[in-house]
Formats: sequence, C-alpha cells, structure tokens
Amino acid sequence: MKINYCDALVIGGGLAGLRAGVAAQKKGLNTVVLSLVPVKRSHSAAAQGGMQASLGNSKMSDGDNEDLHFADTVKGSDWGCDQEVARMFVHTAPKAIRELAGWGVPWTRVREGSREAVINAKKTTITEDADRAGLIMSRDFGGTKKWRTCYTADATGHTMLFGVANEALKHKVDIRDRKEAVSLIHEDNRCYGAIVRDLITGELEAYVAKGTCIATGGYGRVFKQTTNAVICEGIGAAIALETGIATLGNMEAVQFHPTPIVPSGILLTEGCRGDGGILRDVDGHRFMPDYEPEKKELASRDVVSRRMIEHIRNGKGVPSPYGDHIWLDISILGREHIEKNLRDVQEICQIFNGIDPADEGKAGWAPVLPMQHYSMGGIRTNPTGESQTLNGLFACGEAACWDMHGFNRLGGNSVSETVVAGMIIGNYFADYCLENDVTIGTATVQKFLDEQDAYLNDILAYEGSEDIFRIKNRMQNLMDQKVGIFRDGTGLAEAVDELEELLKKTKQINVKSKERVGNPELEEAYRVPRMLKVALCVAKGGRERTESRGAHYREDFLKRDDANWLNRTLTSWPDANQTTPTVTYQDLDIMTMEMPPAFRGYGAKGMIIEHELSEKRQAEVDETTEKMQAEGKDRHEIQHELMPFDLPMNYREKNERAGDK
Amino acid sequence: MSIAKGREITISALKYNPRVKGSKPEFVDYKLEETPGMTLFIALTKIREEYDPDLSFDFVCRAGICGSCGMVVNGKPALACRTLISNYPEGKLKLMPMPAFELIKDLSVNTGKWMDAMSVKVESWIVNNEEVDITKMESKVDPDVADETFELDRCIECGICVASCGTKLMRPDFVGPVGLNRVARFEVDPHDERTAEDFYELIGDDNGIFGCMSLLACEDHCPKHLPLQNKIAYLRRKLVSLR
Repeated sequence: MKINYCDALVIGGGLAGLRAGVAAQKKGLNTVVLSLVPVKRSHSAAAQGGMQASLGNSKMSDGDNEDLHFADTVKGSDWGCDQEVARMFVHTAPKAIRELAGWGVPWTRVREGSREAVINAKKTTITEDADRAGLIMSRDFGGTKKWRTCYTADATGHTMLFGVANEALKHKVDIRDRKEAVSLIHEDNRCYGAIVRDLITGELEAYVAKGTCIATGGYGRVFKQTTNAVICEGIGAAIALETGIATLGNMEAVQFHPTPIVPSGILLTEGCRGDGGILRDVDGHRFMPDYEPEKKELASRDVVSRRMIEHIRNGKGVPSPYGDHIWLDISILGREHIEKNLRDVQEICQIFNGIDPADEGKAGWAPVLPMQHYSMGGIRTNPTGESQTLNGLFACGEAACWDMHGFNRLGGNSVSETVVAGMIIGNYFADYCLENDVTIGTATVQKFLDEQDAYLNDILAYEGSEDIFRIKNRMQNLMDQKVGIFRDGTGLAEAVDELEELLKKTKQINVKSKERVGNPELEEAYRVPRMLKVALCVAKGGRERTESRGAHYREDFLKRDDANWLNRTLTSWPDANQTTPTVTYQDLDIMTMEMPPAFRGYGAKGMIIEHELSEKRQAEVDETTEKMQAEGKDRHEIQHELMPFDLPMNYREKNERAGDK
Repeated sequence: MSIAKGREITISALKYNPRVKGSKPEFVDYKLEETPGMTLFIALTKIREEYDPDLSFDFVCRAGICGSCGMVVNGKPALACRTLISNYPEGKLKLMPMPAFELIKDLSVNTGKWMDAMSVKVESWIVNNEEVDITKMESKVDPDVADETFELDRCIECGICVASCGTKLMRPDFVGPVGLNRVARFEVDPHDERTAEDFYELIGDDNGIFGCMSLLACEDHCPKHLPLQNKIAYLRRKLVSLR
C-alpha cells in the first residue's frame, strides 16, 4: 500500500482549495492539494462577471460598506443564511480583493472622467472623480444596493484562478492533479485523510493527514441542464456523506441562473444585465418591468428565473427546436462596450450560436433559458469550516454549507466566497493541523484502501443489463423535470422514488472494459452511485420542505414559512445499506440575528408566514441601535453589540476606504 | 417543431493506451448523425455513451474557457469544445492527441504537468518584496496598464501554441510561446518588481526567448488570439541588448 503523509490535505484545486492550501503552507505545514484536473482548469475559471467586495471606489459604489453588503447577502439568502458567517464574509471580502491585486489579478480600474452607461435601458453619463482614478472599479449585479462587483472584463474567475494558482506554485504547495478522492479515512469520529485514485495509472493510494479540507465545488451535474463544468458532480460532498458521520446542509437549495445560452448551457454572465442588457419575449417586449417594477432584470436570480419561466408558461416564450426560450438583448449597450467588457460573451454567442450580440436589433439577441447554476448546499460546517460531526474534516467554497448563501446566492458572491473562505477557513484549518497529530494505525488505513479496491473489483464483476450512462441521463432528466425551478410534492415524491430505484440499478450494470487503468466507463460506474446519493439528498430535502424560500420554490406551498421552516436541512447516510438519506433539522436562532426575518424587497409581497420572534428581535435591534447612536457609537461598535463575530489573522481589522472621513 | 435528420459524419479517433501491454495505436471510426450546433464535445460525449465507453478525452468547462480539450483536428490543433462539426463540409474529422505533451490515453495528454513545470521555470508569479497590507487601500494602477496586463493574462494554458510550435520539436526544453507570453505578462504588471535583467536570467537562452524561430503557428492557432508575435519580438528586442 502506498501511503502519502502530509500535514494538511486539501481535496479540490479550484479557488477555495488553492487559497486554503496557500494558507496552510504559509503556516509552515507540508500541504498537498489534490485535483481531478490541472488546477487552472477548475470550474472557478468559468466565473465571468465578478467578485463582490464593498470597496466603494467608483461613483456608483461610493458609500458602500460591509453593512450594505451584509444586508444584501442576508436578503438574497431569504434569511436562510448564517448571519455570523455572512458578517465574516463581507468583512473579509475587501481584504481578499486587495490581496489578489497584490498577487497580480489585473482588476479593471477606475478611469477618470465621463462615460456613457446604460442604466435601466437608458443612456446615462457617469463621471468618475480624479482622486479615485486607478482604484479598483466595480459594476452592477443583481440584488445589490451599490455597484459592488469588481471584475477583470468578463474573465474574472480565470484571472483570479491563475493569480491564486501561481501564488500556490510560488509557495511550493504540493499540487497533484488527476487525482480523485474516492473515500475519507476516519476513526473515532475523526478524519485522517482520503483514499485517492490516480486517474492516469488507475492506482489507489492513501493520503494520511492531520486535517482534511474538501473544496470540490458544487453538484450541478446531477441536473441535465446546467452551466456547471462536467467535473462538478458533487463527489466531495458524496464521500463526506458516505462516512455516515458528516452531514450535508440545505442540499435542496439549488440556484438556477436566468441566462445560460440555449442549447449548450454555457453561461452568459450576470454582467450582461448588470451592464444594462434586458430580457425580451417572443414579441420583442421587455417583460421584466411588468413583473418586477422596481428591480426589473436585476432582481435576485431566483426571482428573475421564475419570472422567465412564468412568462413562457403565459405563452410568451420564443419557440425553437430545443423548446421555448427568452431573448437576452445586450446590443443596446453598443459594440464598443461589448467588445471591451463582454468579449467572452460575444465569443460564446459567435462560436456556439453564430450570433454577434453587438449586432443591432433582433439579429443580436441571444436565446437564453434558466438552468441549474449553483449549489447553496454542501458539507455542513461550523463558521470555522469544520464539520459539526466529523472532527478534522473541513470544507470550503461551493462544496461547503457554512452557510453564507442560505436559500439563494447573490451574483458575484460565489467567486468572492471561494477566496474569502479559503482565507478564513484555510487559516482555521491550518491551526487545526498545527494542533493535532496523526494517531491512526496503518492497519486502519489499509482497511479503507482495501474497501475501495474491493468495490472497484465488484463493479467490474457486475453482470447486469443496465447501462451506467443511461442511469446517469435518467437521473439528470428527472432532476430537471421534478426537482427544478418549480417544485411540488407529487413530483418530488416521484423523484425520490425513482432516484432510489436508479441507485439500486447501479449494481445491475455491466462495464464493458475490465481494465482498471484508463477506463472512463469504470469511472462513471463508481461516480454515478455517489451522484445519486447527492441527488437523493436534494430531492428528499425538497420534498420535506413544505414552504418556498429563495431558490426552493414549491407551487403547493407558495409562502416562506418562518414559523415552521426557519431551519437548516441536514442530510446524512448513517448506514451504507440505506437507499435514501436520513433528514433532520437545525433551527436558526432569530434572537441572535443582527437582521431578523422580513420582506426581501423584491418578489411578491404578503408571502411570508412570520415567526413570532422576528418582531421581538427587531424591536431589540432597533432599541440597541438607537441607544448606541445616541451615545455617539459608530456603526462598527453597534454591529459588534448586536452580533459579535471572530476572524483569524488580521482579518477582523477595519477596511480602509477612499470615502473614509 | 420537428428537427430534420442530420447528415452522417465520421469521426476518426486515435486510440492507444500506453499503460496496457499489447495496446497499439490505431484509428477507430465512429459514424453518427449530426445534430444542430453539434460540437466535438457533444459528438465525443455521444460516442462514449453510445458507441465506445472506453474512449478517453478531456473536457471540463466545454465553453472554451478552461483549456482542457486541445487536440489535433484534421491536422490542426484546436479546442475540441469550440470545434463545430458544421464547419467541416466533408463531414470527416480525424482526431489525434496533441504532440509535445506526454500521452495519457487516446486523445488525453498531460498538459497540466508540462504547464506547471513551465510556470515554475519562468517563475510565473508576482515577485515583490513588499508585503501588501490588505487592511489598507490598494495601490493605484493606471487603467490602461491594468487592461494591458489583462490582455496577456487571458492565456488559458491550453497548450495549442506548444503543439503548433516548430521550435518545441527541436528543443524539448523550450518554454514555448505560453512561457514567453507569461514573462511578457509579468513584465508589464506594475506589481512585479523584476527588471529586464531578472527576466534575462529566466529566459535569456535558446530554450527561452532566443530559441523562437518565428514560425508563428502559435499565433495562428491561439484560441484566445493573444498577440504572441508582437510580444515575443518585444521581449527579444528588450533582452538581446543585455546579451
């Protein structure tokens, strides 16, 4: 048996994993980052539009601060998030972006003088002051009070990923790609690393570490129509689930993005609408103001996605061989703007659809339709990133539910979360690795390796008539149809039943090639059962949650039900022979919230079943705020009184801003 | 709306597993029906699911952003995900793995290992002795310089320039257009304190800036249309004076 020992093991080499790896390495730990693919090819690269951080440099973001970012994040989450975590996040985001600037991310900068912009489909002139020129610029994104999204044209994720990956190479983080973690090694409720399959040689090896951090991204590929890369299969969450000890949080909270292009599913960034692009129906009519007079195209993603489908259901979709769609019109922004700031979008339209979106009029409209985009759910952790039930297992980024997005994530908050969580959790994770030793015996490690070895042999020996690709496709279609944007009890129950059947069928397949090396069908055969377990967590969690909150929308329970459902769903798989997950709940404590539940400010009104404590806590918050304001306390002191939070390193220090008095 | 039946296309892929004894390189033909907007990503996925579950290839983003799927299509290196079948009027596509990289299996090559080695060789990171205080205002950067850095930072390390490169065939340790572009990128970045002399130490030899024979197939094939010709010429002019 090959055992690789290290101090800190990070599984997943996207932005979150790499940043956590840098944190651990900088604390003197021998750190290994494992990745399915060369790390610079991670799905983080696909984040086009930008990263939210309340710098407040440019004209339209002047006056921005952590408080506004916090409020937008909590409202966006439909009060499902952990507010302490949201605070930790918004406080660190400006530091993250400044750190990245120092690592060479070429953020688009403020340009002195006047420029034309399209706001609410009208040409407007914005003038930037000379003293702000050269600072980091920001653009508009859905669901935010200020223009807060910092960017590098429309390749933000790419430049961030290269910046962080290069920094990891500089610090000699041991990055090993084409390695897939297939199970976690654990004993006495503590995680000691992972059994890993080398995707080139097919060999199984053990990685034993003082601490393990999973940063494998989301589980979008359990759906058919998704913007996610093909590697986003939720395997990190699945191997945590398969320990029987770690829990997953809010797996039913799945976001659908309004504007992937049809039919390929490649995302056209939120920046399209942020910069002033609009949505049109079959008649060319701009319909969003009819539904959302205030926020229009820039309401939060769950709202825009549902309004688009609603409008299509009202007979206003554009028919096509791939079903009905909506038009996205960015031609009104002008060719110059598109060719500078939305170039990747233009390229995608040209290459995959033969459309130049800068062409004026209908010729430039791109066909779009809401598709799965982001997984709010993931491995349930404390605010420090450590699993609440399996010691030594950490998780960060989209793979985790720590939980800053609740039931809906704001545009620009995910790529921001990756690096911020990598900084915060990476440091807590490193501290854990500094304080704990490896105490597991090699015989136990061998047992975990043997289990996986036997499992692969079992798969190759199956002699059934089912086909693993067909099972996977059926799962994905089922998730789209019954666990998608609009859900109801009947469909969800059917989905759970059929997914359970599909999980059983994965043992009735026949893998044609019996090679253990370079065998793509074998890889599907061991991944799809794990994906099905994740899909079952999503579907069963959705079936049980009889309310609508954020992206989880039940047509049979239209209201957000704070009285009964202000909680986090936990799914676990305590017995390997179970065929559906165990579901339990964790209440959110209103009395410790800085911002008690209220109306989000967009979407339909009067759709909340209120919790009796919301009003009580709001009165407390108001009283404390007024009293402290009268005493001359500043916003930081008031915030600390309402809901204190901690951060590692110097991340708790105040963020300097150009607008500071 | 019904979809008219598409034409029959033939995809011929090189298959070879160097890790299995007795495996010999061979072309295998797959015939399938073209669907509207079909790319090589769609076609190869279909082949794996319906015809040959053993065919290996690499895709990640399938949107031309991640650089995973470089392969040789009818003799020219290209990103498979951005290769539209409809652009091939004959309906015949011959696929080979990119040269210059270690073959993993079939159409899959180890670009990651090569790119990491290149990154370490050219020290592809910001060199700056000053620790940034992240609680303070960021330093200002001229917006034009930020844009110029971004232009060169758009490289996705797909390896197509290396697979196109004549020099790489002659000099196995050549850092490739990607490596030279990387140096050009840090040279323009105001956060980086390195001087021309420092860069000379990294690439001032025949495996670096003086090795390029200016055949420039790299620029012809770069899917991101990076200005490789200009940047290589610029660096050479700058560094030759230090020779």
